[in-house]
Amino acid sequence: MADDKHPSSQAPDKLAGETSDRNELDRREFFVRLGLGSLGIAGAGSVAFGYQFLSPNVLFEPSPIVNMGKPESFSLDSVTLNVDTRVFLVHSQEGFFALNAVCTHLGCLTAWKPETNTIACPCHGSKFTREGVKTDGPAPKPLPWLRMWVSDDGDLMVDRATEIRPMQFVRV
Amino acid sequence: MARTVSSYFEELRASRVWRSVFRSGVGSSTLKRSLAVQQNVFLHMLPTKVRARIVGFSATWYLGTLTLGTFLVLVVTGILLMLYYHPSAPQAYADTKDLQFVVSSGFFLRNLHRWSAHAMVFLVFAHMFRVFYRGAYRPPREFNWVIGVFLLLLTLLLSYTGYLLPWDQLAFWAITVGSNIASAVPVVGNKIRFLMLGGHFVNANALLRFYVLHCVILPLAAFLLVTVHFWRIRKDGGLYSRRSEPDVVTNSSPAGPNL
Repeated sequence: MADDKHPSSQAPDKLAGETSDRNELDRREFFVRLGLGSLGIAGAGSVAFGYQFLSPNVLFEPSPIVNMGKPESFSLDSVTLNVDTRVFLVHSQEGFFALNAVCTHLGCLTAWKPETNTIACPCHGSKFTREGVKTDGPAPKPLPWLRMWVSDDGDLMVDRATEIRPMQFVRV
Repeated sequence: MARTVSSYFEELRASRVWRSVFRSGVGSSTLKRSLAVQQNVFLHMLPTKVRARIVGFSATWYLGTLTLGTFLVLVVTGILLMLYYHPSAPQAYADTKDLQFVVSSGFFLRNLHRWSAHAMVFLVFAHMFRVFYRGAYRPPREFNWVIGVFLLLLTLLLSYTGYLLPWDQLAFWAITVGSNIASAVPVVGNKIRFLMLGGHFVNANALLRFYVLHCVILPLAAFLLVTVHFWRIRKDGGLYSRRSEPDVVTNSSPAGPNL
């Protein structure tokens, strides 16, 4: 043991000097480092375990691909908000397109205001045109256009997870 | 001759059972009263002696004590509300409505919980403003100020997590906005939001996580820090008083030891 090698009559500073001069670990210091190292590894493992545990592996969230219905149900020059899917379906002169209705500011659901021809966010007052271009308010980005196609059954399909460049219309 | 009420108390305090619990002994000498505080597990964190002036209203306006009071009201009413509340969607909203319109005294308890929560946030701010403008955060109380800042943070987090639990429109959109603010953190923002909500949207996972945070994790953390906060008052020489500071008091001795 360390105490046996270094009788207490010796001065502590001399002991410290002796140990560092020889530059070797005594048994006590070795076990201290071993213990702290083990605790460190266990701690890092706990952090990794905690992160994995808190991240759900299976999510019961709705599919990003949604069926918006038949094209005939959307009259020309109409803007239709589907609250459940949070998608604007616009039938313009150029064709159909879909906008993500979630405000790019802090995630509130926007609404179509036919009297002013704008899409408006109720939370912090952002305003967008029918094409999703921001005209007012704190929103940092325009409303994204979403990928859209016509299914084999003739329904309008929207993939909410895929954003596309604006002004790409679907003609039926 | 009729016995006075205090004579019954004296008899009770001299009984064997009482003395097995409270061991400071009978009598009301300064020593016995000091021992009664010192030997009590709940009171021993607090100073054994304080100046009469410092426990008066004008010294502190009782803001810290009132904050503790609202916290205790929140704990009691919160536990009672938990007896009728299921943290699952969409049951949570129905339970909230049941608490308002079906459960006896539920309306009272829910409102007491809500208004106490508002009062606690107000009182925490008032307490901190008072401590700040009196300069009571200065050494040796700087560590207790830092604990107080963490308690402010816990108070706000308790407020925020409780916001979601009614599961109504206000709750849903408030937490949507709040979690999107969290996702503004550089690099890891979206990951923080994902872990916070347990998913990509405010849904049943988020409700359960906020429930556990609101009812277990955050109150335990607050309880721990409040304990340290009170203990530090004694260790830092009692409540702050301008006249008790060394640079102001020149020729007077304190009324009691600063334990």
